[in-house]
Amino acid sequence: MGGDSKFLGLLYISPYVIGLLVFTAIPFVYSFYLSFTDYPLMTAPVWVGLDNYLELFTSDRTFRKSLSVTLVYVFTTVPLKLVFALFIAVILNYRLKMINFFRTAYYVPSILGGSVAVAVLWRYIFAKAGVVNMALGFFGMDPINWFGDPNYALFIITLLRVWQFGSAMIIFLAALQSVDKSLYESAAIDGANKWQTFRSITLPLITPVIFFNLIMQTVQAFQEFNGPYIITNGTGSPLKSTYLLPLYIYDEAFKKFDMGYASAIAWVMFFIIMVLTLVAFWSSRRWVYYAGDKRS
Amino acid sequence: MTTTALSAIALETERTNRMTRRLQRISAAVRYLILAGVGLVMLYPLIWLIGASFKTNAEIFADPGFIPKEPTLNGYINGWKTSTPYTFATFFWNTFLIILPKTVGTAISATAVAYGFARFEFPFKKLFFATVIAILLLPNVVTRIPQYLLFRDLGWLDSFLPLWVPSALAGDAFFVFMLIQFLRAIPRDMEEAARVDGANTLQVLIFIVVPLLAPAIVSVCLFQIMWTMNDFLGPLIYISSVDKYPISLALKLSIDTTEAFDWNRILAMSVLALAPSLIIFFLAQKQFIEGISSGGVKG
Repeated sequence: MGGDSKFLGLLYISPYVIGLLVFTAIPFVYSFYLSFTDYPLMTAPVWVGLDNYLELFTSDRTFRKSLSVTLVYVFTTVPLKLVFALFIAVILNYRLKMINFFRTAYYVPSILGGSVAVAVLWRYIFAKAGVVNMALGFFGMDPINWFGDPNYALFIITLLRVWQFGSAMIIFLAALQSVDKSLYESAAIDGANKWQTFRSITLPLITPVIFFNLIMQTVQAFQEFNGPYIITNGTGSPLKSTYLLPLYIYDEAFKKFDMGYASAIAWVMFFIIMVLTLVAFWSSRRWVYYAGDKRS
Repeated sequence: MTTTALSAIALETERTNRMTRRLQRISAAVRYLILAGVGLVMLYPLIWLIGASFKTNAEIFADPGFIPKEPTLNGYINGWKTSTPYTFATFFWNTFLIILPKTVGTAISATAVAYGFARFEFPFKKLFFATVIAILLLPNVVTRIPQYLLFRDLGWLDSFLPLWVPSALAGDAFFVFMLIQFLRAIPRDMEEAARVDGANTLQVLIFIVVPLLAPAIVSVCLFQIMWTMNDFLGPLIYISSVDKYPISLALKLSIDTTEAFDWNRILAMSVLALAPSLIIFFLAQKQFIEGISSGGVKG
């Protein structure tokens, strides 16, 4: 507001600035430094240069496994979740009488999904004698050892996150509802069928929201911890097939207290996320459509 | 001639209209079918959980239905006692003690900071705003270890301070961002009028902006309550005494100690752990849905 001191605004954001420095900026730089040290917590950090990174990429097989599991997890979970969320949002975006009821029902798993209790529930329903196998038996199929078989275990963790598609869906739905209805009418006059209308009108108009969801979901998927930790008792079993990087970082940092090495893993993960985010931003110029007023 | 042609056209239109209507009805039926099917698959695990928590241990893995044949409260009674010297009441109370200051701190700091960003010009404003977006995208993993070391040096380990303080300093960038978005959409007329009448900026914030922003602030509080309730990693790292455990850690502890034999206990405590979130959600679903639709939420 005119006439006020230039520093009044700074005063209002001062809590944020303090928090930014103390809890984010300095820790961020410090963790980069730690990644070049050997730091067993009880003694001071000792500079070891690139040793941690060399070990990660040359001799650490757990890291290689954990990294590949994480990438598989992220690249299956995020597309599955977004496609599913968009699919349901499109179905809901119709003059249905019970739209509010369904919207609420679908959102419930997003509210509860990150909790320990839901991870516990997952253990039970996918147990050998659990509900899912009983349902398979009903259709004459053999029970599957979901958490005992490395081919399935990670997929169950993926399902846990896809199950929480509600918040992405609501963001999609809000975007769909803000698409100008007259565009649909002119498309119908031009004789476009539903799929053509969706592909050439709806989809381009909601690309900003797809982009937003894509980035946020990717960053979060990389950090999945609760699900696999609770379900596998922190082991990432079987055969480390659910041992996501956050579990590995947790073990190195807070079980082995190897802070330097854990920081190095965290930085590799951060670097991958950053590269993916930059690629997404860079490519967004080609596929994200920004109209003058993209959404209200 | 023309009249017959016209009536033929009218007949044709009538027929297409009828067909469109039928197609629409079929399309609506298909939509409802998909929605109901997906909804059932989505919610069945939760329905099963509630039913199974009243089952006997023998029945849990014997029957896929959710209605218990011999309903029992044993799961709740034994689970509530826990295998520790404390009852679940202690863990609920601890969760409450974590949530209350954290949520109040978040609401106050995020509102003030959003007000600063949305209504004032100051040096480095663009840079600071860019950091809000950067933190939104920054994986916590990178800062977690130095934060732990910092809290250790401050002597805050095994207390609730590491869980409270970062949030009270507007550390959850998402909330700040959400409130800035809301505030930008609110016209400044009333604030300017109040300034002309001699109110200072703090009075404007408290008496004009906060009431206007109230629905958004409520959304922020609700999301913070939910996320804190679900938070497991934070307490896992910082809280080590059982008497300070929140529900998430207590539930993990009860799995470790009793899962081999006492399933209904764990299911019953899971139901209780989810109950507050479910109740709050159903009481305030409108705020949640509006909060996400307008701010764009993670999760």
